[in-house]
Formats: sequence, structure tokens, C-alpha cells
Amino acid sequence: MIRRAIRFADERSGAAPFLRKTLRYAFPDHWSFLLGEVALYAFFVLIATGIYLTFFFQPSTDPTVYHGSYSPLDGLEVTKAYASVLRISFDVKAGLLIRQTHHWAADVFVAAIVLHLIRVFFTGAYRRPRELTYTVGVLMLFTALLEGYLGYSLVDDLLSGMGLAIGYAVALSIPFVGANLALLIWGHPFPGDPDFWSRMYIAHVLIFPLLIAGLLGLHLALVASRHHTQFASRPAQSERRVVGLPAVPAQAPRSLGLLLSVAAVLVFLGGLVQINPVWLWGPYHVSQATNGAQPDWYLGWLIGALRLVPSFDLVVGGRTLVPNPFWGGALFPLVVMAALLAWPWLERRLSGDREPHNLLQRPRDAPVRTGIGVGFLSWVVLIFMAGSADRALVFLGIGYMSQIWFYRVAVWVLPVVLGLLAWRLCLGLTAMEAVQAEQERAVRSALPE
Amino acid sequence: MRRLRGAIGFALLTALGFARGSRRRRRPARIVAEKEPAPQAELVVALLLFAAAACAAMFVLAYALDWPHLTQYLGLSLGAALALLAAAAVVAGRYVLPSEEVEQDYPAGRLDEQEKLAQIVAETREGITRRCLLLGAAGAAGAALGAALIVPAASFGPLLDTESFYYSPWRRDRRLVDEHGVPYRAEEIEAESFYTAYPESADREEMAAPVVVVRVDASELDLPPGRETWAPRGIVAYSKVCTHAGCAVALYRKPRFPAAEPSPALVCPCHYSTFDPAKGAAVTFGPAGRPLPQLPLAIDSKGELRAAGNLSGPVGPAFWGVRTRRPSA
Amino acid sequence: MSRARARDVAAAALFAGLLVAVAARAQPPAGIVHQPGGPHQSQRQLGAGLYAANCASCHGVDGIGVPNPRSTGAGNVVGWGPPLQGVGALAPDFYLRTGRMPIEQAGEEPERQRPLFNEREIRALVSYVASFGGGPSIPRPEPARGRLSEGFSLFTERCAGCHQVVGQGGYVPGARVPVLQHASATEIAEAVRIGPFLMPRFSKGDIDERQLDAIVAYVLHSRHPDDAGGFGLGHIGPVPEGIVAWLVSAVLLVGVCVLIGRKPA
Repeated sequence: MIRRAIRFADERSGAAPFLRKTLRYAFPDHWSFLLGEVALYAFFVLIATGIYLTFFFQPSTDPTVYHGSYSPLDGLEVTKAYASVLRISFDVKAGLLIRQTHHWAADVFVAAIVLHLIRVFFTGAYRRPRELTYTVGVLMLFTALLEGYLGYSLVDDLLSGMGLAIGYAVALSIPFVGANLALLIWGHPFPGDPDFWSRMYIAHVLIFPLLIAGLLGLHLALVASRHHTQFASRPAQSERRVVGLPAVPAQAPRSLGLLLSVAAVLVFLGGLVQINPVWLWGPYHVSQATNGAQPDWYLGWLIGALRLVPSFDLVVGGRTLVPNPFWGGALFPLVVMAALLAWPWLERRLSGDREPHNLLQRPRDAPVRTGIGVGFLSWVVLIFMAGSADRALVFLGIGYMSQIWFYRVAVWVLPVVLGLLAWRLCLGLTAMEAVQAEQERAVRSALPE
Repeated sequence: MRRLRGAIGFALLTALGFARGSRRRRRPARIVAEKEPAPQAELVVALLLFAAAACAAMFVLAYALDWPHLTQYLGLSLGAALALLAAAAVVAGRYVLPSEEVEQDYPAGRLDEQEKLAQIVAETREGITRRCLLLGAAGAAGAALGAALIVPAASFGPLLDTESFYYSPWRRDRRLVDEHGVPYRAEEIEAESFYTAYPESADREEMAAPVVVVRVDASELDLPPGRETWAPRGIVAYSKVCTHAGCAVALYRKPRFPAAEPSPALVCPCHYSTFDPAKGAAVTFGPAGRPLPQLPLAIDSKGELRAAGNLSGPVGPAFWGVRTRRPSA
Repeated sequence: MSRARARDVAAAALFAGLLVAVAARAQPPAGIVHQPGGPHQSQRQLGAGLYAANCASCHGVDGIGVPNPRSTGAGNVVGWGPPLQGVGALAPDFYLRTGRMPIEQAGEEPERQRPLFNEREIRALVSYVASFGGGPSIPRPEPARGRLSEGFSLFTERCAGCHQVVGQGGYVPGARVPVLQHASATEIAEAVRIGPFLMPRFSKGDIDERQLDAIVAYVLHSRHPDDAGGFGLGHIGPVPEGIVAWLVSAVLLVGVCVLIGRKPA
């Protein structure tokens, strides 16, 4: 019967040769190669839960008076967008589960991409012929950041409204064209035209998901076409031969298991651990703010940068050339993105290695790359940590100003120190291995036949 | 590799050719590795699947019967169902289905294909004589068409006209009211509290609308030149929107014992820009690059607070022309 | 001595030092004097005696205040503090019950801690300070009469900038803003009317009794907010959410990857 089905399908589509090759495609099986898949499956959960939410969410900033089931907000003026999210949370039966799963999926999606990027970087998987794959991946990361920001800002609660004002300030801070750019996006000075909400909505539910999906398809096609990289852990594995588990019947159930695990973890969190309880924050008003407001974790590096930059606007002849938020809010992420995009070519220049590589390196096998990577990563992480200095004050009692001054120095000094340490560690580990190999050889040659 | 390919091809041909009719056919060479049967593992997989079914059923039950703490039960049951399914898939993959390794070639350089592609392009171009002219013309057409397609996006907002940044709903003689529309009287502004005021009959959600009003000790006042009359009886009003990144300046730091404690200040909770209300909201801490715009105040004959003009500058985060002019009165 | 032994001695010394430091921190500030006149004195005498021994160096005789720092001659205690005339019973009741007073130095932030006097002593001190002349009595807020949505609105507008929208505290340059999870209804009402340390003071003309009831109702409610979504993570927003995303889900999922990615059996 299976044979008949296959014959039916192939006669009408010609898919059999392609499928035969695909079904036996070799997946090198190191566990760290699955991190990208975790991100992929989180994306699937985002799409599924997101579609459900669009059936209930109202992307409108028209004011309305709330009279729903959450009594502390009863009688207050809120926007229809906010009221619809309260309705989803309290009046639609599985609504809160799906909303929370969606938000957890977004947090985990970006976390998985970051872990995957770290793996790709420290094993040199981005080298020729995979530079394009890597570039598409980095673009996906930054698109995901923007997409998440738009998503949680749609709710129009106090926390995300404050975050939108900051985004507006960063747009304004771009030299020369900032004001025009902000007007183009918002239609009117903050909080902007009612059109702005429609734009945010369609960007979040259609434009960016399509963009990410397109980039994702390209990314996966490129991975498949160049074949996945591998560690040289078995004798058969070389630059020319890839050894791994075939898609069917070995890898498919494992991938299926991973998809179901990702979905399971996200649904568990979505039901058991509260995230973004917008009913507690209340609706956004231009004249209100709360202490301790933070963006979602993947934008924490930006709030850290904004808090660390000292107070100055660059003013030339009465014209404000560079407003303060530019350095931390726009230049910093641009530099990080540019550095990530440029790295494969930078490394080719620095190392002189222009050969194609299908074998991965362990971090210790590329000490300079590992050192630079550790340094760069710790620079971003330290700036990220500076963003929660006020929480550190409240919980641990460490003075806020002391922290700011510590970070202002540490973000430049510590990455150099850590990078050098990592470099030395790599050299030390490889030296140790060489010594061990030498000893083994000596032992073996000393043994009688 | 060639042998394997040959074997597979032979096996397929054999399978197709002998599939109809005759029961007797030569066994094709194996593609998938052999696996010893594992009935216990199969049992485990089946049990996991049934358990998953039970959890999914619990989800439906909880939903239909509207259990208390519904979100938690829905999450638990659906999550458990998914987790059990995941376990079933992994166990099946590891113990029930054949596990094996295969080898394949990495794709080799395909110089011949690349050459052929280059050849196609070259041979197509051969006959064209006015290459530069055509390229230039095509470039012009493409650029113009591209511009034409993009231009409607300019309707998103007033791209070139930035007048709206200098607008504020404050006017001379406009009363300061609270969020219920009740006008503020000068005598209700106490020295140790802070108040949010809006222009009467204006849209409260405009960034330029809210101002924060505090009373400063008149002897401490040190306003910028030209603002001597802006603070009647020491009452000052500043835009409530932070000039750093646009959050509301919602904190007022007011010492109980000024001799030993930090001086009064308006503070923004986003990045802790701190403004001194006695000194024209000058920045004393934090990343803001310019003071909060000040609203000149007057007290009318009924004792109510009114604006005595427009704000001293555009409100909110800085942009190119933020220091070039102030909103017109 | 050998290296290992030297390390052990150093570790022991460090540990002992830490113990001493912790123990020292746990002591009340130096110089709290209880019952200076014996157990059988009247409330007035007790109050006067406690005040003279513990408060007068900073707040002056009869609550006149000490406007300029002066050496008290007792160790390194510097006398410097605001006047207490006209503060009534409201202020001393707040500061003493929440352990915010006495503090060691003027200008340091009075933070909530274990009260440093017992109930009888507090009552004695409160009535003694109230006797300095006039001033408000201890408030009796009625949160049951307060409407929650009005309280939420008022709290967000006047208080959330410092205290965070569900009372989880925060930072203002110069102070650590306290969490509101432990204050009683009376203490909340007292703090609003005093404006302790760097907090503004809201009088009856500013926030009337009815509005205060609503605010108190909201603050009490915010201790157990509606956690329909599950475990509340402290209600401070995305920071703990990010921590869970990394330390729970990322760890779990990487664990699953390691499980799946092992060599086939």
C-alpha cells in the first residue's frame, strides 16, 4: 500500500529522486549542532501561537473604558489594544496560556539563536564556503530582535510604552535625518498617529515573519546544499567525507523529539510561569512611568549602553548633531552587527586562510579567534549587566553610582583581560595535549611487540 | 560509493520491475541497516504514547469543565502530553528504529558548471554592440522606477516638514488642570509634594502636554536669565517628558532634612537623568543632554495657575533642531 | 609551614573575620540605651529618659533640632538632625515601629529593620515626642472603603515612579527606594503623610482621606496580585523572565540536545 502511495505521488510530482536523497541525508551528530534546530522549533511555536493571538487582538489605539473581569482596572481609560490583551488573558479560555507560550517562545527563540551563533563562531563553521549561510543567520538574529520588540510593544502597557518612547528617542538621535526618520515611522511626534499602530501590527504579524521565514528557508537550503560541518572525531570524517545519521530512520525521530521537547518546555512555561503580566503594569500614558522598567532580555544590552554613556549632546553651532541616545541606542548595536557580519572576511585577512573548510575546530585549536570571541562577547555581556544595576542595588544593596563607574571602566578593561586569558588557556590546553600525545607515543614504542 | 549506488539503483529497478504480479522476486540489496527487534522498547513507546493521549485528554477536560487555575492545568497537561510524545520519539529513534551511520561526499567544486554559466552569459552578450548606452539607460530606468515605487512611502509621515516637533498645546493664559480637568490653584501647590498638570481642553496624550509642578523655596531659585518672572511664589513647571529618551519624569526627590540629605530633584526612572527644579531643571546626574523645557507661570486674579507663554523649548528627546527655537506662544 | 596548611589557616581566618563582621552588623547601632531609669517609672518618665539617652543628641532637647553638625563628645557620634516639634504621634510611631530610627548618622538612609525598642518603649517615646506641641495623631486608614482601581490610578501617578508599579521598590539617586511588601496599612498612611527621607510629603489637601484609603487598599492588594499566569517571579518584569529563559529553558533544552545527540546505541 505504501508502494502505491509513493508511486501515485511520484508520478504526479517527480519527487522520488529528491526525496530518496533527502531521506538518506547525513546529519553529523554532535549535540551542539542541534541548537539551531531549537531556534527553528521555537519559531514554529511562535507562528502557531501567534496566529491564534491575531484572531483576538485589536491593533487600535482608540480609547475605551475597561469593564472586563480584572477588577483593579475597572472603569479606567485604556486603549482597545490593551483591552483586547486583557480579554485574551482573562476571558478567552486558553488565551493566557497561548499568550504566555508566545512570549516565552520569543525569549527562548533569541536565546537559542545566540547559543547557536556562539557555537558557530567558536568552531569556525562560518568559514568558506559557508560565509553566506552565516550572514543570513546574523541578519535573522537582528530581525528577530526587532520583531520581538514590536510584538511586546503592541500591547500598549506601561512598560512597553516606555520602551517605545525610548525607541523613538533612538530614531530621533540619528544625526541629520533622525527627526525625519521618526516622523516617517510614527507619522507625528510621539506617541504618533493612529496609523503607527497599524504599521507596527502588520510589521509584526506579516512583514517580519515573512522576512524571517524567507531568510530561514535560504539559511536551511544553504546548509543542506553545502552539507553540515562536522568534527573530525572518527577516522572516516574528513574534509571530503561527511559521516552522520541518515535523516530516515535515525535523525527524523530525534528531530521530532526535539521539536516536541521545545514545544513542551515552552508550553510548561506558558502555563506555569507568568510572563509579561500586563494587567499589573496598567495602560501606557505619556505622563506616567514606573521605576525598574526594563525591556525584554534580548534588548538589555541597549539599556545598559544607554545608562553608561555620560551626559552630553554633541552640539555644533546651535544644531544638535548627535543627541545622547545615539551612542548607546544606535551606534553600539550597529557596531556589533557590523563586526559580526564582517568577521568571516576579517578572519580570512588576519589568518591568511582562504581555503574551504568542512571540518570544525575545537575552540582551543584557534586560540586567536577564541580570544577575540571571548573578548567581544564579554564586552557585550558586561554592557548588558550594567542595564540591571538598579535591580542589583535593590536586591544586593550595591550602590548604583559605584556600579556605573565600575562598568564604565570594566567594559573596556575586562574584555581585554578575559580575551587574553582565553587565548592563553587555548595555548595551554593544546600544549598539554601535545605532551600527552608524546608520552603515549613513547610508551607505545617502549612496549615490547 | 559507486558500488553502493549501483546496488541501490539495481534494487530500485528490481523492486519496480517485479512489483506487479509475481510474488517471487530477488531480494534487493539493503539500504537501511538491519535492526534486531526490540519488543520491550516498542512497549515503552506505546505506553508513552498512551500516557501522552491521557494528558491531552486532560487538557480537553480542563478546558471544557473550566477548572480553577485553568491556565496552569492547561499548560501542565499539554506540556506533559508534548513531553511524553517527545520521549516516545526519542526512544523510538534510539531503540526501535534502526540506528546507523552513513557516509556522503561533501560537494566538490563545480568548475565545469560555473564555466558553463559564465559561457551562457558571455555568449548572450556577444551580439550587443552598444553595451554602455544600454546599461546606462537600463540603470536610469531602474533607478527611476525604484524611486517611483518607494516615493508613496513618504506619505507615512511629513517627511520633510518637522514643524510638528516645535508644537505644544500650551498657550499664554491657558489654565493648568489636573487629570480630571480641575484647575490648579497656586495655594494648593505645597512645597513638599509634586503635581502633574495639563493644558485645559487639550489632548493629554500629546508629549508636550504634561508638565510637573513643584514649589521651590524662592530664595533657592536660580533660573536662567530671562526667566525671572516665570516662577511666581517659587512655583515652577517643567515638561514631564525626559529630554534623554522620552520617559515621564515621574520621581520627585524631596529631602526631609535638607541640611544632610541630597537636594530636591526631578528624576526620570528610565536611565536616572536628574534635573534641579531650582535651576531651570538643569541636568545634575544621568545621561540627559539638555534641561527640561520650562513653562512660564502666572497666577490669575482667582488664584489659579495659568501659563504665561509657551514652553522654553521643544519637549522630549533631542533632534537636529531641538536647540534652534522654542514653541511659539 | 606548608602551603596547604597556610591556605587552611588563611581560610579559617577569613571565615572567622566574616563571622565577626556579620555578628557586628546584626547588632543594633552602638549606643541604644534601654530603661535608663529602671522598670517602675511612668510612661512620661520612660519616654523622657529614652529620648534623652537615644534621640536628643541629634534631635535636640525638647525636639528643637540640631541644625548644624556638632560633636556630642561621645565617641564619633555627630549630632545633627531635624526638629521634632509639631510632628505629633504620627512620625515617631512610623519611624520607631519600622525600626528606621534611631540611625547612626544624619544623612544616611533610614531603612526598615527590626524595631530597636519594645512596645512599651515605643509608646512612651511616641507620647513624649507628641507632647512637643501639636501635630497629627496616628492615622487609621480604612482600606476596605478604598476602590482598587482608583488606588491603582493614584499609585501609578504619584508613587510608581519611585516605588515601582506593584511596590517592588527601586532606585532614586541618593536612595534605595523600599519595597512595600512589609508595611502595615497604618505605616503606609503614615509614610504618605510624613514623606520620610527623600520621599515627597502628601498632605490631606493633596491626597485626602478617601484617596489615601484607596492607595492603601491598592498597596495591600499588590502583595498578592492576580497571578493568573502562574508563578509570579517577583512581579518586577523582564529581568527574572530573562533569567528563567536562560537558566531554566535554555538549560533544559541544551540538556535535551545532549541527550539526543549522543552516539547511537
